[in-house]
Amino acid sequence: MSAVAWIAVNAFRESVRDKVLYNLVVFAILLMGASYLIGQLTAGQDVKIIKDLGLAATSIFGLFIAIFIGIGLVSKEVERRSIYGLLAKPIHRYQLVLGKYAGLVLTLAVNLAVMTAALAVVLAVMSWLEDPVVRTGWEAPAVDPRMLKAVWLTFVELSIVTAIALFFSTFSTPMLSAAFTFGLFLAGRFSTDLRNFNQVVDSPAAAAIAQGLYWILPNLAPFDVRSQVVHAQPVPFGYLALTTAYAVIYIAALLVVSLLIFSRRDFK
Amino acid sequence: MSKPFAQALATIVIAGILVGSAAALQAVRETRYPSPPPGEDSLYITSGAAVRRMSAGYNALAADLYWIRTIQYYGSVKLRLKQVRELTAAEASRGLSDYQLLYPMLDLTTSLDPRFNIAYRFGSIFLAETYPGGAGRPDLAIALLEKGVRERPDKWEYMQDIGFVHYWWTHDYKAAADWFHRASEVPGAPWFLRSLAAVTLAEGGDRRSSRILWLSIRQSAEIEWLRNEADRRLKQLDAYDEIEALQKIVDDFIAREGKPVSDWQTLIRAGVLRGIPADPLREVPLEIDAGGRVRLSPRSPLFPLPDEPKRLITPGA
Repeated sequence: MSAVAWIAVNAFRESVRDKVLYNLVVFAILLMGASYLIGQLTAGQDVKIIKDLGLAATSIFGLFIAIFIGIGLVSKEVERRSIYGLLAKPIHRYQLVLGKYAGLVLTLAVNLAVMTAALAVVLAVMSWLEDPVVRTGWEAPAVDPRMLKAVWLTFVELSIVTAIALFFSTFSTPMLSAAFTFGLFLAGRFSTDLRNFNQVVDSPAAAAIAQGLYWILPNLAPFDVRSQVVHAQPVPFGYLALTTAYAVIYIAALLVVSLLIFSRRDFK
Repeated sequence: MSKPFAQALATIVIAGILVGSAAALQAVRETRYPSPPPGEDSLYITSGAAVRRMSAGYNALAADLYWIRTIQYYGSVKLRLKQVRELTAAEASRGLSDYQLLYPMLDLTTSLDPRFNIAYRFGSIFLAETYPGGAGRPDLAIALLEKGVRERPDKWEYMQDIGFVHYWWTHDYKAAADWFHRASEVPGAPWFLRSLAAVTLAEGGDRRSSRILWLSIRQSAEIEWLRNEADRRLKQLDAYDEIEALQKIVDDFIAREGKPVSDWQTLIRAGVLRGIPADPLREVPLEIDAGGRVRLSPRSPLFPLPDEPKRLITPGA
């Protein structure tokens, strides 16, 4: 096993030891409880709302994992002084950073896979219990393979957030890293506003800066196709491919800068 | 029993006793110092754009929350008003004030999730419906549906619903016919919309067209509730038919016998009726007043009957 894979597996094991997977239990209880309660409250929109809730919860739970585990990937090793032991081993610093990143992405993938499976089970049960006549009126079937597209883009988006958290983790404190990462996440969700900034300001310089930020900051809004899949709207594979490619390049950029900072960092 | 297990059990029991005691104390406090009744419902944010920002991209989930709140709001207001048997003039004139948050809530819901189909269709019925069954605001119903049409120009159902609001509530038959015609041109729209447009334009409203409309709404309803509402409306049309038929029997009897009729027993004894007629749900007997006018009982679930759309021309004219 390569050093990166070895570190990744250990990072995954560490997250399991940190009880990160407990959130899956919370998620399952949330969905099962909501599926019963919502049926009483929504005038026939329960399947749509459970889909919305399940997909949003998948994203929110993943976001918390990405931020709060991501910010500790490197800084925790420094705080605990275990970084000295790690760096004394025959591994390069870049392998450490890449391995940590891959480990957290693996944790996220496992989480998302289990949450998606739980959501599918709840939806299948709801569909099974529903009157067939009512089912014919649904925009999309309860268990709809198109939902995987939304889950995939959520995973890719969270991979970017993890890379951002890791980036800040290489040079800042956990608290500040969390604040910066969450701030960038929000900015990324609303980056379209930056593109249209020239419509609300007169200053060409301010508009140019906003335009620049629009292209530099991560654009996370395109990763949200949850509403489209719930309403059975088409999400072309070309769109998925382009959005994923954007994420891969952006993650690569963040990791390169993180590696550079971490490789120059003095731990004496 | 092992010591750790006994300790855990004791801890759980103590915690249970403490929580139970807290609940008991709360019950005592609520008995001695009753909680104030729930305050007026309010909507702190009415801007869809602001809520979109605040939901940090989780717009569909926010729309669901507003939708649930809309259902609760409408249900609670309607329930409260249902308890008022006889509305005073002041209450009746209040109109929208009792449903004043219905449109803002539906507007927020559809701003957050512009494809929230049922919110448009739900809104159109309950905004348009006369007070106290609804807000009595067909203009807002049309505004909401037009928002839906802007978002989904392929939804003939919204256009049909706009035509329906014009037909049933504002009695603007030209506008209704225009919207039925527009709906009929959308691919996939049912065949009868074209003829409905022509009939509405030529003759205005009649019971047959009303029946077709409600049957169409029943068929295109995505939820049980809308289907039930359409069923109720169809039964109301049956009630009109039944009352008209009975009225003719009563009028004929009065003309033949030359004496007034103010109860069903007179007609039953004369062999004109076999029993006391009931509403189409067969739940509550129909009433006959001192003047011999047949009417639906206020106790009937179909009460009150809505004003029927009027014909522009009379048959045979």
